Amino acid sequence: MHVSSSIGVWIAAFLTLFVYSFLYKDNPFYKFAEHLVIGLAGGYYIVTVWFQILKPKLISPLFQQGNLTLIFPLILGLFMWARFIPQYSWISRWAIAFTLGVGSGISIPSVMQALIIRQIQATMLPVNFHSYIGWMNLLIIVGVLTSLIYFFFSAEHKGILGLSAKIGIWFIMIGFGATFGYTVMSRVSLLIGRVQFLMTDWLGVLH
Amino acid sequence: MSIYEKMMSIDRRVLFVLIALSVVIPLLKPLLLPVNVTKEVKHLYEFVDKLKPGDVVLLSLDYDPSTMAECQPMAISILRQCFSKGIKVIVTSLARPEGLGTAEMALTQAAQEYHKKNGNDYVFLGYKPNAAAVILAMGENFRLAFPNDYYGTSIEDIPMMKGIKNYRDIKILVTISGSGIIDTWVIYAGGRYGVPVGAGVTAVMATDYYKYLQSGQLVGLLGGLKGAAEYEKLIKHPDMATKGMDGQNMAHLLIVFFIIIGNIGYFLGKRAKGIKGR
Repeated sequence: MHVSSSIGVWIAAFLTLFVYSFLYKDNPFYKFAEHLVIGLAGGYYIVTVWFQILKPKLISPLFQQGNLTLIFPLILGLFMWARFIPQYSWISRWAIAFTLGVGSGISIPSVMQALIIRQIQATMLPVNFHSYIGWMNLLIIVGVLTSLIYFFFSAEHKGILGLSAKIGIWFIMIGFGATFGYTVMSRVSLLIGRVQFLMTDWLGVLH
Repeated sequence: MSIYEKMMSIDRRVLFVLIALSVVIPLLKPLLLPVNVTKEVKHLYEFVDKLKPGDVVLLSLDYDPSTMAECQPMAISILRQCFSKGIKVIVTSLARPEGLGTAEMALTQAAQEYHKKNGNDYVFLGYKPNAAAVILAMGENFRLAFPNDYYGTSIEDIPMMKGIKNYRDIKILVTISGSGIIDTWVIYAGGRYGVPVGAGVTAVMATDYYKYLQSGQLVGLLGGLKGAAEYEKLIKHPDMATKGMDGQNMAHLLIVFFIIIGNIGYFLGKRAKGIKGR
């Protein structure tokens, strides 16, 4: 056992214990840790944005190197702040409109290709009953179609439509089950990470 | 209170203590339960393993301290695999600025283990906001998005970056992510520029990305601590993820046990009261 002599590790260890103390009940230690993490994250973000983005990408090139093309994004950025002044808040819509226009133009074709066309292609699978893969392909096709039918609300779910929707809900439930299982796994992993930190870096009982 | 009601109303703090013990005890006394390698993890490993010394991998460490427990072991494992094979690595961190620290930590650890030098064997480009714009810019030229690396060195002065212009000069892009940025990589880097994409994600996100595996938009996928442990097994370097898997298994068994107990209590309690239906 080799207890850490680093003050940073001790602070991190106590903050970890403060956060986990919430599992017993809400308390001032938890509240302190909660507020601290929010404040730190905000401060860290501001410092990073200044030194990694605003200063090297805007302030220095514009005011020190004289790159005047950067006036345009600077003005659009300043427009966003107009939201805080009610009588001029409409100015911020110009910046939002520019961002939306550029964003949509860039993303719509790529998103269509990557998320819709490729996914439809991936569902056009050969089906045969002589191989495992053939059966699995059939399962994928049935799962996709029946799940989509479940979300078709323009006709009453009766008859063949109702049966398909019922099969669809089973596929959806299996999906939810897998997601829940993975979520449990994820949360336990976070606990393991913290316990490993406490036992390795802080208390030194693990190597 | 009947036995059934007791089964359904165990104090949650008792469960928390038992879960904590199920994690702590296996860490102190490892059970060495086997870790089976899944094909989605193996595919990513094999892709990287086939690369030659001098090839370049773009590794984007798109997570922050909140998901470090799952993502950091993945990042370190992939870096170890690359460095052990003499593969050069360009590292970015595009999800959140808080991820810069964890990314640098992983990179420094792996680089020190294999005596790799910044600028010659790897480059850390850092963070820029608006991931989609940055990913698109790198597709044209890395210098457009990152004129300097994280430490302020001009890309032109970095020996490793000579001859590396854009995605055409890298063999695979791997994103280790605790956020939805994978979609952005798949859509823009994979879809628009055709670069092979591999991913490591937190377990809670994993089911969302299996669709990309089936469609061939992802080369491979590491899901949560289990995915990291599988990768550690493949590179024959068991570490934190492998050590954590015993605790993971025991906690899961405990949770399944209590789900069964709760359900037995629920259904038997209902039967005892003579209630029918769901």
